[in-house]
Amino acid sequence: MTAHEIHALSGAYAVDALDDVERARFEAHLAECAECRAEVTSLQAATMLLAGLSETAPPPELRSRVLADIKTVRPLPPTVARITERRPRRWTSLLAAAAVIGAVGGGTAIWQDTHHGTSTRAPSAIDRVLEAADVQKVSQPLPHGAVATVFRSRSQSAAVLVTHNMPALPAGHVYELWFRDQHGTMVPAGLMAGGGNRTVLFEGNANNARGVGVTVEPAGGSKQPTTIPVALLNFEQST
Amino acid sequence: MSHLQPVPTGDVPAEAGVVSLASLLRLSARGDEQAFAELYDATSARVHGLVLRVVRDPAQSEEVTQEVYLQVWRTAARYDEARGSAMAWLMTLAHRRAVDRVRAAEAVNRQDTTYHQGSHVVSHDSTAEAAEQSMEARRVRSALVELTPVQREAIELAYFGGYTHTEVATMLDLPVGTAKTRIRDGLIRLRDAMGVGQ
Repeated sequence: MTAHEIHALSGAYAVDALDDVERARFEAHLAECAECRAEVTSLQAATMLLAGLSETAPPPELRSRVLADIKTVRPLPPTVARITERRPRRWTSLLAAAAVIGAVGGGTAIWQDTHHGTSTRAPSAIDRVLEAADVQKVSQPLPHGAVATVFRSRSQSAAVLVTHNMPALPAGHVYELWFRDQHGTMVPAGLMAGGGNRTVLFEGNANNARGVGVTVEPAGGSKQPTTIPVALLNFEQST
Repeated sequence: MSHLQPVPTGDVPAEAGVVSLASLLRLSARGDEQAFAELYDATSARVHGLVLRVVRDPAQSEEVTQEVYLQVWRTAARYDEARGSAMAWLMTLAHRRAVDRVRAAEAVNRQDTTYHQGSHVVSHDSTAEAAEQSMEARRVRSALVELTPVQREAIELAYFGGYTHTEVATMLDLPVGTAKTRIRDGLIRLRDAMGVGQ
């Protein structure tokens, strides 16, 4: 996607009309484009006016529920810029965006200005998969509103996992990714450090995989799954 | 435009006796439950109205509205006045959550639901009827008239329908990739007509 094309997503972003992948990519762009940030802010102000067209008071019980709920929840501290810490640029823009979204929790927070990246980059391996002409997509809803989506491109010999609202993990655990081969054997294909909204590249050649799985494993990962997969996706059901 | 608005927006300094939403948010971030209750009272009809319009199912809408306010409470400290009014921040959170809810439900139900294009189209009148409510709404309605029908329909399907721009393109028989342009052009026109966010 060219710079010009990505600018054109500002309006669709302001009305949440991007799919998860486009949203992650645009948020990565926002972190680096002051012009788009200003435009999105102004367009969100315009959408707010549309929202004013349909006011409906919620039932009074909801107020009591909300006010009871907040007593049990601690407000988060403000975001403080961490100037010294730099994330290794391994998974490039999409991961940066996913991390920014994930940091706020729930996958629904609006974009936060915590990322200060460099401005020009070659398309990453992830971008090349997502933009490949032969990309296959298979998606699976998981409990609690989580969604796992896998993109595979044979021309790129690679696959990408995009998660939405994945549950957080207990300390000392990671999500492990697997390729399922033609014999049904699960082959290790990388780790994902936590839940939330993430975009990660599978490790290894994805071309022979019949499907993929995701399991919860002890930190460092396992050689074969030690738990029941939280997600199992089959490329035969891809679109 | 402040004197026309039924709800303090945080765009303008607080008027006598009215604490701005931005201040209420700041107080909420410090754990002030009273301030948060005031924030809820000042904004919940707008937030819930939007959620209900997108989600439609009343029970699910209540859940979403409840989640929105919990998120507002948790993340109030992250609100940045430099990036728009408090009301816009709140509505953006609410809209994102409402859309996420309908898309998650859609992903689950996709197998057993037949796609029926005609039922998705929002009638033009739905906007016009709702717009009688206030002075501000009347101004929005006259601004909407300035949009082309396609711009208006694309924005309504995306914003109130929760559809992606590629889905909107299909629904409106637009070439793939042009719905996002219609949405953006329409929003820019609306923004400029209403004089907001500049």
